[in-house]
Amino acid sequence: MWEYTDNVKEHFLNPRNVGKIDDADGVGEVGSLACGDALRLYLKLGKNGKIADAKFQTFGCASAIASSSALTEIIKGMSLEEAEKITNQDIAQFLGGLPKEKMHCSVMGKEALEKAIANYRGEAEKKQEGNVVCECFGITDQEIEKAVKENNLKLVEDVTDYIKAGGGCGQCHEQIQEIIDSILGQKTPKEKKKAPMTNLQKIKMIEETLEREIRPALKQDGGDIELIDVDANHVLVKLRGTCAKCAASQVTLKHYVEAKLQEFVTPELVVEEVQ
Amino acid sequence: MGVIYMDNNATTRVDPAVAEKMLPYFTEMYGNPSSMHSFGGQAGVKIEEARARVAGLIGAQPEEIIFTSCGTESNNTAIWAALKSNPDKRHIITTRVEHPAVKNLVEYLGKNGYRSTFIPVDKSGQLDMDFFYKNLTEDTAIVSVMWANNETGVIFPIEEIAHLVHERGIVFHSDAVQAAGKLSVNVNRVLVDMLSLSGHKLHAPKGVGALYVRKGTKFSPFLVGGHQEKGRRGGTENVASIIGLGKAIELAQQRHDDVNKRIRALRDRLEKKLLEKIPNSMINGDLEMRLPNTTSIAFEYVEGEAILLMMNEMGICASSGSACTSGSLEPSHVLRAMGVPFTAAHGSIRFSLSVYNTEEEVDFVIEKLPPIIERLRQMSPFWLDREGSSNICSIQ
Repeated sequence: MWEYTDNVKEHFLNPRNVGKIDDADGVGEVGSLACGDALRLYLKLGKNGKIADAKFQTFGCASAIASSSALTEIIKGMSLEEAEKITNQDIAQFLGGLPKEKMHCSVMGKEALEKAIANYRGEAEKKQEGNVVCECFGITDQEIEKAVKENNLKLVEDVTDYIKAGGGCGQCHEQIQEIIDSILGQKTPKEKKKAPMTNLQKIKMIEETLEREIRPALKQDGGDIELIDVDANHVLVKLRGTCAKCAASQVTLKHYVEAKLQEFVTPELVVEEVQ
Repeated sequence: MGVIYMDNNATTRVDPAVAEKMLPYFTEMYGNPSSMHSFGGQAGVKIEEARARVAGLIGAQPEEIIFTSCGTESNNTAIWAALKSNPDKRHIITTRVEHPAVKNLVEYLGKNGYRSTFIPVDKSGQLDMDFFYKNLTEDTAIVSVMWANNETGVIFPIEEIAHLVHERGIVFHSDAVQAAGKLSVNVNRVLVDMLSLSGHKLHAPKGVGALYVRKGTKFSPFLVGGHQEKGRRGGTENVASIIGLGKAIELAQQRHDDVNKRIRALRDRLEKKLLEKIPNSMINGDLEMRLPNTTSIAFEYVEGEAILLMMNEMGICASSGSACTSGSLEPSHVLRAMGVPFTAAHGSIRFSLSVYNTEEEVDFVIEKLPPIIERLRQMSPFWLDREGSSNICSIQ
């Protein structure tokens, strides 16, 4: 049995602001049936530009319903600028806290609010940024980074509790751990990897990765790449063949070559083209 | 109404007659059965009486029964015993819908030097027997298949499986924790080599179980210690609970017909009425080959934990296949293995009855549950636009 606070129980059993607003100014929707919870949030603005009414429809467990109810209570009467500053922690605090495994319900509230505000402002729905890490729940590296930074998460299971990533098949646990490590690493650079690579090792690995992963792919399109130098973490390369003249070569360089090298050698690498 | 307990596949009430039998063994006859004095010895005599009762339930000999601490220990003991006694064989077969006490152990072994095969099930929760036959090999040390599933109540063709496995000289184990006391479980008819039982599923207390080991089956203890249970399970006997288990089995034998007639009729009434009153609901699992006390019903477009907590407000106890109740994010592995769609798996509720349930209780649930589902559906964004398509994320 979950240890829900009285506040969670109260907002679950007697949720405030259930329903839809037919002439809503902004609607935000997150989640899906398959994922086990979903929230649709409706906002109606008053003449003063403040949120005059907010309603929700939620499919999900008790804490999802309570978080939705809490969210609508919190934002009513706020300006959009104020509402934008609401975090998932605010929602959880309003309810007197949520079990750790249920924090993703508060994150869902925060995301629906972001989407509803964007919808009102007529901003095109933000395209999914970053690369999908958790295939099961369709969660990207950027979303994981955001959750880790905002909630100061340290373990893969924390990430799962907050945004579900890694809660399915579990194949992405290693990648999530790497994201956490890189963020924790940024904060405390001293605790970086225990045995740093020597420069020689690094160059060797870069060469191997170029040979194995990158050059065969470029050659398929009639291009090629040559390693010129490695200066600390700067990898200097020259593009050959069709790549040398290709207008999209900078994209290839950053999104393909650099990404591959970061993946196989070390995430700090930056690739630069020398003329 | 007070508490309406319909979660008997999770655990059962200790029958008052069982509790009464046990009480003297805490404060009066508290001796150790292994002691030389008759004060302890009298407890030993009672343990042997209980052993004969357990054996009697399944048609075994008393010396084929080992008392354990729970169903999980019985399952672990059986699987480890088969592996340790057949050190040259490295393959284990079980099912995808097994209780975690078997499933998680076999998964663990699969990562630690053994090869594991999980038999899939079809929509009705029945085993893919062709797959099973094809995967029986010379290297197979043990096949473990539950007698009946705890979540759906689906009963497996244990007699057929046991015959086939036994014929090949492979050890066959069955987790009969949910079947014992509800179905006829007889080791003379079914060639099972080892069989697990649990006390608290049949009105004995928690903390006692039993393992049947057919005479002649190679065995190796799981708990190594004293000479108790003829050296097959170390540890001072849980005297009071073992005596309670004996009494509970006596009661189960007397109540067998009641469970199969009255309780089955109550279960049937419950599910029939709920399906009538609640649209977009369906039963998970084989309707025929099913425990008489169990029903798993899927209510589409609502989430199980919310249903359970709203029922809880009315004193109704059941359980759910929902992900949210377990703390994991995926719904029940049993429902997923059956291919129950996510839309239904998240909103699946299991009711499991016992001889203590009454018609009034069943009617109370039939009255109270439909408005709960309706209320949650009115809150759900998918219910009103269910005609349209909703985004489905890519989980298999």
